[in-house]
Amino acid sequence: MDNDAPPAGRRRIFLKQVAAVVGAAPLAAHAAASASATDAAAARAGDARSSNGESLPNAWLFFNADEARTADAALARVIPADDNGPGAREAGVVVFLDRQLAGAWGQGDHFYRKGPFLPGTPQQGYQLAFTPAEMFRLGFAKLDENARKLSGAAFADLTDAQQDQLLGQAELGKLDFGPLPSNTFFASLVDATMEGFFSDPVHGGNRDKIGWKLVGFPGVHASYANDIERHGIEWSRAPASIADIT
Amino acid sequence: MARVMPAVDVVLVGGGWTGSVIGKELAAAGQRVVVLERGQPRWTSPDFAAPGVRDELKYTRRHELHQNTAMETYTFRNRVDQVALPMRRWQFAYPGNHLGGAGVHWSGAYYRWDPVEFKLRSHYSKRYGAAIFTDDITAQDWPLTYDELEPYFDRFDRLVGASGLAGNLKGVIQPGGNPFEPWRSNPYPNPPMKVPHAPALFGEAAAKLGYHPYIQPTALSTRPYVNSEGLRMNSCVYCGFCSNFGCEQFAKASPQVCILPAALKLPTFELRTGAHVLRVDLDKDRKAARGVSYVDGAGMETFQPAEVVVLCTFAINNTRLLLLSSIGTPYDPSTGKGVVGRNYTHQTSSGVSLFFDESTNINPFMGAGAVAVTMDDFCSDNFDHGPLGFVGGGYIQIQVVSGAPINNRPTPPGTPAWGSAWKKAAQRYYNHSIPITITASNLPVRGGYLSLDPTYTDAFGESLLRITYDFSDNDIKLSKFLTEKGTQIGRAMRGVQLAVGGPRTKPYGVAAYQSSHINGGAAIGADPGTSVVNRFGQCWDVPNVFVTGAALFPQNSCYNPTGTIGALAYWTADAIKRDYLRTPGRVIA
Repeated sequence: MDNDAPPAGRRRIFLKQVAAVVGAAPLAAHAAASASATDAAAARAGDARSSNGESLPNAWLFFNADEARTADAALARVIPADDNGPGAREAGVVVFLDRQLAGAWGQGDHFYRKGPFLPGTPQQGYQLAFTPAEMFRLGFAKLDENARKLSGAAFADLTDAQQDQLLGQAELGKLDFGPLPSNTFFASLVDATMEGFFSDPVHGGNRDKIGWKLVGFPGVHASYANDIERHGIEWSRAPASIADIT
Repeated sequence: MARVMPAVDVVLVGGGWTGSVIGKELAAAGQRVVVLERGQPRWTSPDFAAPGVRDELKYTRRHELHQNTAMETYTFRNRVDQVALPMRRWQFAYPGNHLGGAGVHWSGAYYRWDPVEFKLRSHYSKRYGAAIFTDDITAQDWPLTYDELEPYFDRFDRLVGASGLAGNLKGVIQPGGNPFEPWRSNPYPNPPMKVPHAPALFGEAAAKLGYHPYIQPTALSTRPYVNSEGLRMNSCVYCGFCSNFGCEQFAKASPQVCILPAALKLPTFELRTGAHVLRVDLDKDRKAARGVSYVDGAGMETFQPAEVVVLCTFAINNTRLLLLSSIGTPYDPSTGKGVVGRNYTHQTSSGVSLFFDESTNINPFMGAGAVAVTMDDFCSDNFDHGPLGFVGGGYIQIQVVSGAPINNRPTPPGTPAWGSAWKKAAQRYYNHSIPITITASNLPVRGGYLSLDPTYTDAFGESLLRITYDFSDNDIKLSKFLTEKGTQIGRAMRGVQLAVGGPRTKPYGVAAYQSSHINGGAAIGADPGTSVVNRFGQCWDVPNVFVTGAALFPQNSCYNPTGTIGALAYWTADAIKRDYLRTPGRVIA
């Protein structure tokens, strides 16, 4: 099997692939899943640009333009691009989140929403009335509002350090998000970012399997029956998406 | 006025394991049978075809095969003086939905309960004195023994294509198997699973410490196999998309793979999907059921007349149906009187996070739901409880369930949840970490029970089931003991740099996943004063209603439930055929 590449070699190949992706324009949100750098490169030009220079799709299913900028900026700090490779922004997680919030889950499927709504104990779990769509809409607006109060600029226009500071305060529940505890919002933001970074690229995130490549998850490889007893082997075969096999 | 369907002999509520087994058995005996399944029909092909089925977001995070909380959920509180609140989304367990029920998305861990589990109170009382049970514990003996069930375990083994190495054949301990295994009349139909790296390392350390590790038995076929219904299963390919997923391979046992195709060939067997049962309808004196009322896919209320009603829904949902149908006396925790809802239990689960050096590749994606090396040295009464002062036990193992990274991205304690520090740790540890899992028994308590919620209702306007429960000190002591043992094993494993144990603590809560083994509320027993059903699963109060599954468990074992549930289903089917149908309407003596 393709497991002969040494770790150092794997990393070099990985960085090359990353460079190809980061330079390319992403897909529009309504287009088919972006599963490879080739797809991304074929996507249309003329996308909106955020102040940080990253490209955003020019059509959203759920977000308005301000929300999309804030969301993209926030999740880019949750999983930043750094010495260990690209992050959530480069993986197109904002496109993933837009689709999720427009879809069944975001709109409240698999969510019991009958009242009365009472605070409850920590043992009783999530008890807020917000659907995911409502929570993220309010949360991103409040994040922006806090940014303007603090620095007079939109969240997306703050420096990385300023963004991290605000998000860190949200993590501790120290920001005023009105009826939404800011730590609840932050935990949901981290969850959703991880989902978008690590789910199959057919859902719009994990572009070019950036998330899978970071940790070495091979995706939907067909069978390990012949490998599972080869203990500790170095598995270096390129990851496969559902869309690669169908 | 509800639409009325043509009468049948037997109506079964739920198209999972027990509904499929009992439905098929009774239909083959000439009974006209209808199985009502609330969900959609889902079949191995095309519904679970690869690669589409291998979608962690869809199946694990978005609950594709789990009961939809928007439609029906449970409410929860720790104590009676609190207000129970609904589980608005699943965090603590994954009840099944759609054809096959939880028998589709399960992991395939496959056990027979230990003989001691069936005689829990009398066994422990005899060996250690009755005081080993604190006053708050309502554990009780089953009204049947392991020996009586053994032939039915054997039957279910051959239905699911069980894989394993026998440890105890007719009382003779077998080399390489589990020396603590209950006796079995036949070897497993299929050989044991392959052993991945981390379970091998676990087994090596456990053996070095003097324990008895072995390969966990599963209902995942390890070779091409034709089961007792003449249906084909294939070899597991260890794809790593097993728990929470349907199996594309015909390897993981499910009702669709193992029994429904055979049942559907019988002219006396009908499967009706999209039929959500609201209640069992009783006659005027409330001593007999007339049939069941359900809502069909279009929302139309429909009455299905039947001579016999068998409740085969997911676990404690059977208890809810009994309560919604006013069958039996509801349990009252203030007096200890009443029976329906009594003896709710879950699982006392805990774990030990292990972090390895970078040369130890775990390859967590090469796995299957139940592929594990495990040990029963601290299960059941396999060790001396005298000096320990608690009842029960648990198994300790490493199981390679899934490497899918939304859920599986371990980092050591103290790692930030986000940012570059998180990212670095996630990359460093993804392939060099795996937990030891500890699955322990759980005892029922006087104040723990199931009842109808006074406030919250399901999509059809019916009261939700309310869970009231907190752990006993017994189970907290048990979890501490087992987690310490597990941590010692972890520290003895080659390549481990850090082993962090996390024992279960009070209070019990529903904000984190523990297991999907939620039990009780329709306890099986010999005394109508402390049980809902007799030894055949027959309701004491309404003898033409039978109940199946984990609702019958008076307490939970450390062992996974499906093997015992399957054996019980065959046991009940035999009792209905052999005894009940000769003198219908009477309690089987």
